[in-house]
Amino acid sequence: MKPFTFERATSPEQAVSAFAAQPHAYFLAGGTNLVDLMKLGVEAPGHLIDVSRLALDTVETAPGGGLRVGANVRNSDLAAHPAVRSDYPALAQALLAGASGQLRNLATTGGNLLQRTRCPYFQDLSAPCNKREPGAGCSAREGATRDMAVLGHSEHCVATHPSDMAVALAAYDAEVELLGPEGTRTVPAAAFHRLPGDTPERDTVLRPGELVAHLTLPASPAGARAGYRKARDRASYAFALASAAAVLALDEDGTVRHAALAFGALAHRPWRARTAEEVLVGTRADADTFARAVDAELAAAEPLADNAFKVPLARGVAVRLLTGLAEPPQPAANRSAGV
Amino acid sequence: MIPQRTATSSTLTLHVNDTAHTVTVDHRATVLDVLREQLDLTGSKKGCDHGQCGACTVLLEGRRANSCLLLAVAHDGAHLTTVEGLGDAEEPHPLQRAFEERDAFQCGYCTPGQIVSGVGMLCEAAEGHPSHATPGEVLQRSTGEPAELSRAEIRERMSGNLCRCGAYPHIVAALEDASGHVGPRSGTAHPASGPASDRDSDRDSDRDSDRDSASDAAPAR
Repeated sequence: MKPFTFERATSPEQAVSAFAAQPHAYFLAGGTNLVDLMKLGVEAPGHLIDVSRLALDTVETAPGGGLRVGANVRNSDLAAHPAVRSDYPALAQALLAGASGQLRNLATTGGNLLQRTRCPYFQDLSAPCNKREPGAGCSAREGATRDMAVLGHSEHCVATHPSDMAVALAAYDAEVELLGPEGTRTVPAAAFHRLPGDTPERDTVLRPGELVAHLTLPASPAGARAGYRKARDRASYAFALASAAAVLALDEDGTVRHAALAFGALAHRPWRARTAEEVLVGTRADADTFARAVDAELAAAEPLADNAFKVPLARGVAVRLLTGLAEPPQPAANRSAGV
Repeated sequence: MIPQRTATSSTLTLHVNDTAHTVTVDHRATVLDVLREQLDLTGSKKGCDHGQCGACTVLLEGRRANSCLLLAVAHDGAHLTTVEGLGDAEEPHPLQRAFEERDAFQCGYCTPGQIVSGVGMLCEAAEGHPSHATPGEVLQRSTGEPAELSRAEIRERMSGNLCRCGAYPHIVAALEDASGHVGPRSGTAHPASGPASDRDSDRDSDRDSDRDSASDAAPAR
């Protein structure tokens, strides 16, 4: 690891100006991903600005519904927050499906969004990687592709985004509040992460020196039910092979009034399934509808050599999640959605 | 104009097991490095050094954390508890005693991390934190009551601690035995009661009836 200088930020604004004042500065929050990448040599900051003690650590509930979450709220605290548990269960389930108890105690909301891909070639300095070194080439494309993307990849990068939390945020129409040298701006969570295209080194639309300050979640649609479902190689403590978050609200006659669906582990960003949602809204909520909607979305999939299995896996995850959310007995349905 | 910083080491204070240590550290040093190499507290183990195995688990402000991922320089003033601070051979923590009674280890390398993580996990459960194994209806209810710890819950909550010997069945049993002996941190939702010094008492009592009494309010002494 290269030596680096260090300072503790005194305010979000001071953190942003400190970033501009030091060459090759990075913000440090929980450190669960950045410190690991520094040990691997993938990241080599010249200067660390510790933002972990900034007072961006509260969850505020809005009077009409809705939440505003500070970027420093730890993943375990967000998952345990009463308002998240009762009103945003897909977010609680997604957080609890990620990492381990120790890591969730450290990992922050902002850091979770900014974590890097776990593509093994990205983490291996001996393997060419366009994300780590633009123009070097992509080792994954012709390498072991089992865990790679099936949607939205490019000839330059086939990595996936590893977050569970971000998938739920995409389905809940959350927004990310950023503070930068030019002031604050807000970006939809579903548009915060990018597809790789020919600039895979950029994971997000974050501009240099911008700090993730808050997340906001709108009030859930009336009567909506939501869940997160994840398929992985182990029962616990593993990244997803395919996951889905859904928010579903039905009319009394069983017609879908509101549907939001997002996939995880299939692409370089959480994949909001707009095509599936168009099929769902206004249609009777049953297994056939769900399968038709999910198939319409996944028709765009372009599997690589070793990951064609991800398409039917994602289909099964999403159809089962939606079916569980549409079943009348609420507790049992949520149980099925949470496993 | 803000002057550029040049120092790559800093002097800071860590409160470890209720003792303040002022140390000068290279910014690259983790809390684990400082504990083992500067403070001679070698109970916390360096297994993977990447936050994957849990052998380095400590309590940071009463909550379990991978000390291999904590840069020491970012933790000036922090309060840490290591396995050495939980108890010793003469006066073991109830979970240390349960590990011994249940033979919950083979080679022992992961054991300090398992025990510290277990204490942190029992504390989280006492505070009502849910897990991935928590049934959906319980997850959404959020009463602040202590979480019920089924075996499935214990296994899920301990998945950040690997044991290459595969001693998991006995580790789960030891955690079941000790689950009545760790309460929430003070100041958290579920009311804590009783002094930490009782922690050796009543260890043979029925676990379920003892669970709510939280006779050992502090996760560590």
